[in-house]
Amino acid sequence: MGVLEVINLSKKFGKFTALDGVNFEVGSGEVFGFIGPNGAGKSTTIRVILGILKATEGEVKIFGKDAWNDAVEIHKRLAYVPGDVNLWPNLTGGEVIDLFVKLRGGNNKSRREELINIFDLDPTKKCRTYSKGNRQKVALIAAFSSDADLYILDEPTSGLDPLMEQVFQECVMEVKNQGKSVLLSSHILSEVEKLCDRVGIIRKGQIIETGSLDELRHLTRTHILVKTKKPISSLNELQGIHEVEETNKGLTFQVDTEELDNAIRYISQFGIIKLESAPPTLEDLFMRHYESNDKAEGKVTGGVR
Amino acid sequence: MNLNIFANTGKLSRFILRLDRIRAPLWIIGLMFFTLIVPPAFENLYETQQERDAITETMANPAITAMLGTGDFDNYTTGAMTAHNMLVMTAVIVGLMAILLVTRHTRADEEDGRIEMIRSLPSGRLSYLNATLVVTSGTFIVLALLISIGLYGLGIESMELGGSFLYGAVLGGTGLVFAGVTAVFAQLTESSRVTIGWSVAILIFFYLFRAITDISNEALSWLSPLGWVIKAEVYSSNNWTPIFLMLVVSLVLFILANYLNSVRDLEQGFIASKPGRRYATRLLQSPIGLAFRLQRTGFISWAIGLYVLGASYGSIFGDLESFFEGNETYQQMLQQAEGASIVEQFIPTLMIVISLLATVPPVMAMNKLRSEEKKGRLEHLLGRAVSRTKLIGSYVILAVVNGFVMIALSALGLWSAAASVMEEGLELGMIFSAAFVFFPAMLVMISIAAFLNGFLPRLTHMVWFYFLYSFFVLYLGNLMQFPDWVGQLSPFGHVPQVPIEEATFMPLFLLSIIAVGLILISFVGFRKRDI
Repeated sequence: MGVLEVINLSKKFGKFTALDGVNFEVGSGEVFGFIGPNGAGKSTTIRVILGILKATEGEVKIFGKDAWNDAVEIHKRLAYVPGDVNLWPNLTGGEVIDLFVKLRGGNNKSRREELINIFDLDPTKKCRTYSKGNRQKVALIAAFSSDADLYILDEPTSGLDPLMEQVFQECVMEVKNQGKSVLLSSHILSEVEKLCDRVGIIRKGQIIETGSLDELRHLTRTHILVKTKKPISSLNELQGIHEVEETNKGLTFQVDTEELDNAIRYISQFGIIKLESAPPTLEDLFMRHYESNDKAEGKVTGGVR
Repeated sequence: MNLNIFANTGKLSRFILRLDRIRAPLWIIGLMFFTLIVPPAFENLYETQQERDAITETMANPAITAMLGTGDFDNYTTGAMTAHNMLVMTAVIVGLMAILLVTRHTRADEEDGRIEMIRSLPSGRLSYLNATLVVTSGTFIVLALLISIGLYGLGIESMELGGSFLYGAVLGGTGLVFAGVTAVFAQLTESSRVTIGWSVAILIFFYLFRAITDISNEALSWLSPLGWVIKAEVYSSNNWTPIFLMLVVSLVLFILANYLNSVRDLEQGFIASKPGRRYATRLLQSPIGLAFRLQRTGFISWAIGLYVLGASYGSIFGDLESFFEGNETYQQMLQQAEGASIVEQFIPTLMIVISLLATVPPVMAMNKLRSEEKKGRLEHLLGRAVSRTKLIGSYVILAVVNGFVMIALSALGLWSAAASVMEEGLELGMIFSAAFVFFPAMLVMISIAAFLNGFLPRLTHMVWFYFLYSFFVLYLGNLMQFPDWVGQLSPFGHVPQVPIEEATFMPLFLLSIIAVGLILISFVGFRKRDI
């Protein structure tokens, strides 16, 4: 059974449908990447998971309990970092961290000091004077100095510098190694690729893809750059070949992963001098998914008219 | 002088005008309504000069002078009566309007980082401040003109053209002065709440200052801008000197604000913030502790303010006493009520004003829940092990305690000041019961705020309209001779007038039941809704 289960979740604000039947699951000891463009419904999903918004339909279960009714019990074992950290301007960072840790229950003074050190935060300054990154550090320190079983992180690194991003990634790996679960919503795909076991892609309130990165890469294309003795003819007629282009370095094209074998066999007839291949990145997958979906949708609406 | 620092002030003025296109007209319409319904009512209620002269007998005493200022009792026409009863209170409201409008476009915009955006555009360093001042000044000029024309247009004989324009000009001028005060505090302080706090404190200070000097030494009232409101003697001698003073003072304050703005850094005040605590105190580490900490400064300021208000009213009792000793007609007229001395009969009138003002901080304490929600800070609490019941409960408890403290302190202020100026002093128990009969009504106001927080979070400000209604009907209730039900629509209309009347149990009990009921319902609503 998953630590977090989101089952057929829908959320409407008046007539606007923000979430439309979202399903996914985060298992024990798993880091789940939650990605999607702005306004796709990531934060809404997270706020329903936290019991801050009430689901219109469907349910969310955390540790087997209902996210809305048992919010307080659940939150004793959960740590959350919001994407936009608004703090009280006249409290200091140190005060806010203590307050947050205390409200969850449990106390880990040494961990707090250690994290303040490695995140390089001055806890005696008023929150009014903190930059976005520093406010995020306050929330991150409060989250990681608490001993939670599930961490929900909503774009936690959007204001951090690369050095601090590194520190953040180490913190995530550490809790992962302790067998804790993490739901990480992010725009920084390299971070997701580095940290996450599985990812879910949300778009317009629907999960359009979930799976491990390997599984998802299956759905995408490999970039090939090839130079051959004889010019390659009629490559376009093969299945699963896209965007063939002649450059001064050689011929480049993309090939669907399941057609890779056929394509290589075919081009090898022409005598390969040089062959470079680049694995599909999450970025490609992300971009391609949206582009193709947008095109497809454009056609559909066009057809209706 | 380099004109670049004012670049694009005109465009920004139009922009601010657009931002205020609903807010400012609402204020103006409200104030016009408040002002224009009164003279015709007076005209109907007090048809002859004899009737008006009769009412001056009850008004020519220090308690009324403290509240409303001096009036022209020798020539108490409908116009003079309107100016006497309405002008100071309306001026206070205009002052409040100026404070809120100016803060919104100075410190509040700066605090939220919007001025940073404006400054990154080709606009001058002082443009936004001056655009705000231009628009605010324009708003008050329009207010002054509309009220003047409106009053004159009522066609009441004693309200001639010159007096009507002076009436409007006094209100507009007061607005300009407090726009200036606020603009200066917006430079000195570092947050919009502190700006509002200081400006309101100055407003109240000037009101109380003139209350005391109007009784003790009228010449000293020239030191308070709210004293000028009375010195204008609208609809009697029509003195324009105060208007001149208001214009000069506001111009000086505008220039001072510009100077301060030009010598400071963006998003800084003049009081540098000191490093704070490294660790949270025990007090802070709970939802109620946090809620209290966030309101601590406001709570303390209001507590001091209400003590001072009580004490100011208390300090007039000495004058009241000596006033009545030498006035036999008065003694006969007021001798009807049993069990209360003559001066004690003024206590309920003062207590209504005190208790209504003491209701402001607890209602603000309750609505703080909504403002925390709007700023997205409740997520931090609800995302941790804090139940919604506990969260709203903390704010309810704080509001109730807040109201209790406010009433107690103002009663204590009244009692202690009265004790020092009277020969025998007043009985502490009597003052406290006269004050605390209002507590159930205050609880009803808190519970309405709680209810709105629970069910209709977008409408939490509506409680202030109900509050204004209560203020209006109780403040003008006796004078305007409203039918009973008008007063009874407000919880404060059900409060027995201790010590003239007995503190009857039933209305207080029912008010308490309503308050408790609404609070319990609000818990249900808060637990069910989206945050």
